[in-house]
Amino acid sequence: MSIEVRNIVKKFGDFAALDHVDLTVPHGELMALLGPSGSGKTTLLRIIAGLDWPDSGEVAFDGENALSRAPGERSVGFVFQHYALFRHMTVFENVAFGLRVQPRSVRKDEAAIRARVKELLDLVQLDWLSSRYPSQLSGGQRQRIALARALAIEPRVLLLDEPFGALDAKVRKELRTWLRSLHEEINVTSIFVTHDQEEALEVANSVVVMDKGHIEQIGTPSDVYDNPQTAFVHGFIGESIVLPVEVDDGRVRLGDTPLNIAAERGSSGPSKLFVRRHDMQISPCGWGGLEGTVRRVRTFGPIQRADIVVSGNRGETIIEIDVPRDRELRDGEVVGLQPRRYRIFADRI
Amino acid sequence: MPETAIAVPLERTDARSEPRWVRGLLIGFTILFLTVFIVLPLVIVFAEAFARGAHAYLAALADPEALSAIKLTLIVAVISVGLNLVFGLVAAWAIAKFEFPGKTLLISLVDLPFSVSPVISGLVFVLLFGAQGFLGPWLQDHDIQLLFALPGIALATTFVTFPFVSRALIPLMQEQGTAEEEAALSLGASGLQTFFRVTLPNIKWGLLYGVLLCNARAMGEFGAVSVVSGHIRGETNTMPLLVEILYNEYQFVSAFAIASLLALLALVTLVAKTILERHLDEGQRPSEH
Amino acid sequence: MGLTLTWLAIIVLLPLAGLFLKSFELSFAQFVDIVTSRRTLNALKISFGLAFLAALVNLVMGGIIVWALVRYRFPGRRIFDAIVDVPFALPTAVAGIALTTLFAQNGWLGAPLAELGIKVSFTPLGIFVAMVFIGIPFVVRTVQPVLIDLDPEIEEAAASLGANRWQTVSRVILPSLLPALLTGFALAFARAVGEYGSVIFIAGNLPNVSEIAPLLIVIRLSEFRYADATAIAVVMLVVAFLVIFLVNRMQRWAQLRVPAH
Repeated sequence: MSIEVRNIVKKFGDFAALDHVDLTVPHGELMALLGPSGSGKTTLLRIIAGLDWPDSGEVAFDGENALSRAPGERSVGFVFQHYALFRHMTVFENVAFGLRVQPRSVRKDEAAIRARVKELLDLVQLDWLSSRYPSQLSGGQRQRIALARALAIEPRVLLLDEPFGALDAKVRKELRTWLRSLHEEINVTSIFVTHDQEEALEVANSVVVMDKGHIEQIGTPSDVYDNPQTAFVHGFIGESIVLPVEVDDGRVRLGDTPLNIAAERGSSGPSKLFVRRHDMQISPCGWGGLEGTVRRVRTFGPIQRADIVVSGNRGETIIEIDVPRDRELRDGEVVGLQPRRYRIFADRI
Repeated sequence: MPETAIAVPLERTDARSEPRWVRGLLIGFTILFLTVFIVLPLVIVFAEAFARGAHAYLAALADPEALSAIKLTLIVAVISVGLNLVFGLVAAWAIAKFEFPGKTLLISLVDLPFSVSPVISGLVFVLLFGAQGFLGPWLQDHDIQLLFALPGIALATTFVTFPFVSRALIPLMQEQGTAEEEAALSLGASGLQTFFRVTLPNIKWGLLYGVLLCNARAMGEFGAVSVVSGHIRGETNTMPLLVEILYNEYQFVSAFAIASLLALLALVTLVAKTILERHLDEGQRPSEH
Repeated sequence: MGLTLTWLAIIVLLPLAGLFLKSFELSFAQFVDIVTSRRTLNALKISFGLAFLAALVNLVMGGIIVWALVRYRFPGRRIFDAIVDVPFALPTAVAGIALTTLFAQNGWLGAPLAELGIKVSFTPLGIFVAMVFIGIPFVVRTVQPVLIDLDPEIEEAAASLGANRWQTVSRVILPSLLPALLTGFALAFARAVGEYGSVIFIAGNLPNVSEIAPLLIVIRLSEFRYADATAIAVVMLVVAFLVIFLVNRMQRWAQLRVPAH
């Protein structure tokens, strides 16, 4: 099923959790909503599920208005960050819950329910736990049961809120791989929320980067990493070196030094120069006039890392770069800097 | 920017709330029930006390019997709150900070007076110290009057109010653990210094909470005191006992006048308790009853 | 340490031991005689039966009150929340005379009820009313913290799985509150069984009809029939402890919800 989100606004008091958000999720997608806390990603997920309501805007499932339907009528499977398993029910009864509360007219008979639950427990590979209680399970097991429970109602969309957030690093890695292969198996449109870029880039086939209630960029994992469209995305994903610069009709200055690069034609005003750390090199002549003073050098393993002070018109900026060990650096030495690739984004006012 | 919502339905089915009529019904039930069972009884106490005007009210309170009952009640409260303050503190300290065999038994013993009828509490003291009691003959020989006198009343009151202080303190002290005390001791503080400078400041609100409830119950205790007091007018009648006597003699204004003082005490206690709970909410709230 | 134990022993254990010792002065036949006499049996029946009914009312009304206080916002909510504790704080004798006056045939509530042919004060119904009053705080205060801490996500999970509100409440929320509800019920019951001050004024105290067990103890004491008083007290204690023990077991069962293997 495809999901269409149009012009959604959601305010909590004066705080705009979602500020005119548009999003299209094609059928069968495994999408990640990625952003820092407070970016609105969980709110968006809850609005799609029907657990929160927007102040204005539309949500459509396969072109049909979804907002007029209660959460239980949307056939959305929702997996909560802290699992939200029913503690007084066995694993079996937890998974069966969605089947048992169906209206009598469409409810399956007991045998069919049992068969379906068994099938789901097999799918999450936990059928041997069916008579246990949630308190007797590990975190990873609970998360998989929560998923089986959400799948029981044969949802057309699967929504997962920070699905691995409460798990330790090792289990998290295992479950990531598992979720990917599960998605390939059942192929239901899925959206998960995460603040962990590695998780988003590794699991999803499309990533939505959000900040302060806006969508900053939508793209494939390699797209958002290699071609960040905004300063926020560049800074949030991967490690970046950031230098404040001044742009004057496409010409770039760092402090008083004009740099030998061009920004977008016609752009002006204070801006930021973004360079991935592994894209910044030391070169004899520098790049235009870009140079800095070596402040502190330390080595570990094959890597030599240096703090380099670059002065500009907004004070000094210390950047950290990796240098091959055969290049000898001394404190106080002035070196030229040369980025392999870079981006310039005008500051937002 | 003004936005017009088109697609959002007016009546939202919030996942966590009930239909409006159910909400209204439950709120209505709550207000009606609490008004009938709690507000009206409180109001009627004051209404009856002032039924014949402020003058009659003050005269009832100025009666020598009333004054002697008030005095006795205050003395009993001071004694039993004082005793329970000290021993409740020690009991809570022992339970919260040390491990020893029989600890669970001790915890359930602390609560015992709560689960026993006050009349039975009074009865056991009669059985112990009464003329036919275990210690009765010995007390008589030594000319010690416990029952039907101040000591008996104070003792019975102490028994029924025993759990309040320790109940308020145990969760607080358990939560705080022993780390701070150990730190103080390792810095060279003596045991008493540790207690007064580290333990006590940490539990002062909980302690006050316990003392407050202990005091309210001590002043208002009826069943246990009724059994051991002997109802000697002007001598062993506490305020609640005097309320009973006056009421049974159809002196309603006098009965309700004394009752109004006790009701006032209850209300003040509740206000103070609510304020204290706000202080305690930062830590853990002590369990009640 | 030693001091604590000694103090506890003196103030708590010794008196209760005395109670049981005293009852051993009776032969078994005497004990049975006293306990099975018509008046004693009736008093025990009245105390336990009405306390059970009152605790049931407290269970239902307490559940409604705590739900409204925690989940809804309405004018005066904080005040109503605070006054739930009045039955704890108000001396029982004061509560007793206030309820009696309120429900007397010429009282504010007694008069309209009398027109409907319902007599409250000086009847068993009066005992019941006083016991309901005294038990109000127990269910509310034991359930309140549990309800506040209840994870909102489990309700949302139920809703997103297609449960309607009633199914969510009855299958998910109530089972989660069950241990606290049972505890509150047991505490209200124990308190009502032993309650004396707030009941005796409104009860009428007619032997075999509206005479509660604690009052019978007091009467026997005033007649210097200590053995009788003691026997009744022992029965009350034992039955009350049995009930509390039973409820504790049920509560533990409800809390663990681990199937017996």
